[in-house]
Amino acid sequence: MSISESPAPDQTPIETTATTTATADASNAPGGMTFEERRHARNLGISYVVLAGVTALFLTRHEGTATFNLDGGRSFGLPAQGLGWFVAAALAVTAGIQLWRGYGKYTNVVLAMASILVFMSFLSWAAAGRSFSFIGMLASAVTFSTPLIFGACAGIMCERSGVVNIAIEGLLLSGAFTSALVGSIAASWPGLGDSSGFWVGVLAAMIASALLAWLLAWLAIRFKVDQVIVGFFINFFVLGLTSFLSSRVLTENPDYNDTPTLGAWKIPLLERIPILGQILFQQTVFVYSAMLLVVVFTWFLFRSKWGLRTRAVGEHPRAADTLGINVLRLRYRNVILAGAIAGFGGSWWTATIGRFNENITNGRGFIALAVVIVGRWHPVGAISAALLFGLFDSVADKLSLLNTGLPSEFIKMTPYLMTIVVVAGFVGRSRGPKAAGQPYESQ
Amino acid sequence: MTAATVDGGSSSGPRGDERTPKAVAFFDRIDAYNNLLLPVLAIVSALVAGAVIIGLTDIDRLKEGDILGILGTIKDAYLALPAGALGSLNGISETIVSATPLILAGLCFAIAARSGLFNIGATGQMFAGGMASVWVGFSMNGPGIVQVPLALLAGIVAGGIWGGIVGFLKARTGAHEVITTIMTNYIAGLLTLWLLKTDAFQQPGKDNPISKTVRPEGRLPDLFFWSDNPALRAHWGFLVAIAGAMFTWWLFERSKIGFELRTFGSNADAARYAGMKPATLTTMAMFIAGAMAGLAGASQVIGTQGYATESFAGSIGFDAIAVALLGRNKPTGIVFAAFLFGILEAGGRRMQLETDIPLDVVLVLRALIVLFIAAPALTRLLWRLKREGGGSALQFRGWGA
Repeated sequence: MSISESPAPDQTPIETTATTTATADASNAPGGMTFEERRHARNLGISYVVLAGVTALFLTRHEGTATFNLDGGRSFGLPAQGLGWFVAAALAVTAGIQLWRGYGKYTNVVLAMASILVFMSFLSWAAAGRSFSFIGMLASAVTFSTPLIFGACAGIMCERSGVVNIAIEGLLLSGAFTSALVGSIAASWPGLGDSSGFWVGVLAAMIASALLAWLLAWLAIRFKVDQVIVGFFINFFVLGLTSFLSSRVLTENPDYNDTPTLGAWKIPLLERIPILGQILFQQTVFVYSAMLLVVVFTWFLFRSKWGLRTRAVGEHPRAADTLGINVLRLRYRNVILAGAIAGFGGSWWTATIGRFNENITNGRGFIALAVVIVGRWHPVGAISAALLFGLFDSVADKLSLLNTGLPSEFIKMTPYLMTIVVVAGFVGRSRGPKAAGQPYESQ
Repeated sequence: MTAATVDGGSSSGPRGDERTPKAVAFFDRIDAYNNLLLPVLAIVSALVAGAVIIGLTDIDRLKEGDILGILGTIKDAYLALPAGALGSLNGISETIVSATPLILAGLCFAIAARSGLFNIGATGQMFAGGMASVWVGFSMNGPGIVQVPLALLAGIVAGGIWGGIVGFLKARTGAHEVITTIMTNYIAGLLTLWLLKTDAFQQPGKDNPISKTVRPEGRLPDLFFWSDNPALRAHWGFLVAIAGAMFTWWLFERSKIGFELRTFGSNADAARYAGMKPATLTTMAMFIAGAMAGLAGASQVIGTQGYATESFAGSIGFDAIAVALLGRNKPTGIVFAAFLFGILEAGGRRMQLETDIPLDVVLVLRALIVLFIAAPALTRLLWRLKREGGGSALQFRGWGA
């Protein structure tokens, strides 16, 4: 996608964000749209044109029918070439309407539908003449997105209360390490089976990551160390320490690094729903916990006293302080809680793989950071972004099997490009909590 | 006398404290004349904490209660570090090999930091520079005196452009550089992996992602040219790095643009009112910073390795942040800090051989050094220092800024 370059703006040259906001706020164009909104609408239209062009040029090249296997032996087929032309035409029309008068409040719905069309056309192109497991791909997308959801929720919780968390990666990694180590040891205790041993490990992981998060909060709040630097320190430190311990302790004592993997736990009745059942309800406890977490977290963040206070502390701590909220204590609590969540998410690796390897999280924590931003610091946005990023992962996996000649690197790159597009405000801007990153001093 | 802190930070003077013990006064007096005490204390603190970690993980000896044995291991380990890094010409050469890219990448972080930007994209910029440089290296057939400068130039330009994109995005749209550099790091890594598998780059007859080899004439010459020992890997990349440090000094202390960058870095509003152009300055700062990282990448591929792999940038981009913090974003400080890290790395390998302590302990030490440097208040608390100041050179300005 060529949408990362910013087109020449039709307004006074933007020097900084400050002036951008000022222009956007001050100059209300006719129709109730600000300049920034109009720019976004136009950019979206241009993106549709580009997508239509790309679809017509490339996705119509393969002949044959792509067969998508669903559950229970059912399947459906799509003609790759025909679908390509259809999608290109549909996008062209969409682009026309978008540029002509826009979709108003349906903009995002249209965007989602257009993306699904392009995605299906892309899959048909990739699988033309062959068949592959469509349901399996979606199910593994859900699996891949699970640690991202936990990491992102931890990130949102910190940043909503005004502490920047670059350390999601480190918190996840420490969770993965601790749950593997403690889970393996606990499983061998008399009276504890494999399963309860595993959950002891998860508990330990939550405690370990919560302690690290406390360290983050302590350094950032008590010593006012730059929060990005503290985050980096924690990432470095955890990577170094877990690698060190892994080669010094775990390799010499293989018993300490051997937990049972967690099997799927099919939810009765729900698992029988056609298609959705296999994607969502034949998963591990971690997937269900992630969904539950998002629901609970959203409710608490936007409907409870705690949530109101947290958001106040993240946006305007001085005002919150004036109203009698203990800013620093709330920040400490939230960051520590976020650590526990990330620790739980980290034990997903132990549950899936059954052991710890050096740097097992491999940058997922940074993708979780991207999820926070693309999801606009909102749990529901985060789960959507995480599922999308998980989908890219599983598509990249499937593509290497299908041997399409399209390098999987480009699929893997898409989440990162999307993040840049979003932070650059190309089609709608993602803004973080205002006070994130700034130490607070009560007076 | 009030010791001015380097580059902003809180530069308050000594706090009036009547009960100041003599020892504290002594330390403070030393510190008043230079800013060396804090880095030294940070290193000592990190070594102590590292010793504790080494000791606590010696499970077999702990079970036997062999405290003396544990202390012996720690002593052997810490003695092996300097011995391995500086005890022989080979060790010194390895130290220089490790320090070279760290100097350049550290300068990359520092140049951006002094211009008020948090550039954690050195990894991506190294990839960009290194890939451009290795391409010039293996596709050209000329004499070294032409080819090597061209390859370095390619590294400068590619790394600069890769960094400049981030600066441009920040200037034009306000996209925060911490986020965009994390993302461009991954993008550069994936692009490198893909490029290394294309016919244009991949070494014929290989399945793994590895580039064609640069001819000996196209590589940076050996630093120890008088020696025939092929194990001495140090190359002229080190001289390039020193030149880079000198350039950085000139840039910030003597040039007009450096002055503007510094002003912009310490007070963007003041710079704007003085008629400087923030958009140009942001892009320019990121271009120069990226160029330094590009040189680091170039020095890795046409100096140390002679070819490119998917991991030639390794963790250098991130270690460089630690180097720059330790060196207080000053060229001389960075050279010294990079050498310290080089010693840790080169010596760490010897330590691993002699004492069976994994090299990863070096990562822990580096992280701890960063902690104690970045949290001067913590270090001062641990060592009972009273004087304030010496804060980190950079304060994060929030996602919106």
